[in-house]
Amino acid sequence: MEYRIEKQIELKAPKARVWRALTDHQEFGAWFGVQLERPFVLGEVSRGHITYPGYEHLKWEARVTRMEPQSVFAFTWHPYAVDPKTDYSHETPTVVEFRLEETAAGTLLHLTELGFEKIPAARQAEAFRMNDGGWSQQMQNIAQHVDARQ
Amino acid sequence: MRGSELRAQRRAPAPLFAALGDATRLALIARLSGGEPRSIAELTAGTKLTRQAVTKHLRVLERAHIVRSRRAGRESRFAFDPEPIESLRLYLDRISAQWDGALARLRAFVES
Repeated sequence: MEYRIEKQIELKAPKARVWRALTDHQEFGAWFGVQLERPFVLGEVSRGHITYPGYEHLKWEARVTRMEPQSVFAFTWHPYAVDPKTDYSHETPTVVEFRLEETAAGTLLHLTELGFEKIPAARQAEAFRMNDGGWSQQMQNIAQHVDARQ
Repeated sequence: MRGSELRAQRRAPAPLFAALGDATRLALIARLSGGEPRSIAELTAGTKLTRQAVTKHLRVLERAHIVRSRRAGRESRFAFDPEPIESLRLYLDRISAQWDGALARLRAFVES
C-alpha cells in the first residue's frame, strides 16, 4: 500500500511560466490561496496566512527544501494544520514536491506529497472532523468554477 | 460518527502504516475482514505460518487498533475493526481533493 498522493497535470504554458507560478511567493499565493510574507528561500521557513474568506485566521508555514530552477520545487509542511489552537510543530511534516517536465503542449507537472505514515491517527480523525464540509467543499467549488470558465 | 471520533482522539499515535506494511498481516486482515471473529488456531489453519508467528502479527495489528481480541472461554478470538483504515483513507482522500482544487487553480492561473 502506498501512502502518498501523486498528481499529474499538463499545463499549456512553458516551464518558465509554471516555475514562476510555483516559486514566486506572490504568484504561488494567488492560486494557492495564501498570502506569504516574503519570497521563498531554499532552506528557510516561509510564513503567511490563508486568504479564503472565513479561513484568514489560519497560518501557513512551510520550509523550502529543494529549489532547482525549472525542474524541482519542494517544501515540507504540516498538511491539514487547520486548528489554530493546535501546535503541529512537534509532528513530522510531509514533503510536497513539484517536478516540471517539458512537453510539446507545454509543461507536465508532477505533484507528490509523501510522509503520511508519520501523521498521528488522532490527527487524521481530527482533520476529518475539522473539515465538516467546509474547506474541501470550498476547494471543490473553486475547481468547478475554474473548469466552467475554460 | 461522534463516538468513533472520540475513540480515535483518545488513541495514542497508532503505528497503522507499519502494521499494514507486511504481506502476512495484510493476509490476516483479509481473512478477518468478513467480520467473523476468529481464533489463532483458525487463522493458522491452511497457512505455512506457526501459531507463534500468527500470534505475533495479530498483536501488531491489535496495537494499531485494526484488530480487537476478546476472550471466549479458553481462547482469544480476533475481530477486524475497519475504523482506523477508513479514517486514514478519508484523510488522504480529503488532502487529495484539496490538491485537485489547487492544481485546477494553478492551471487557470498559468494558462490565462
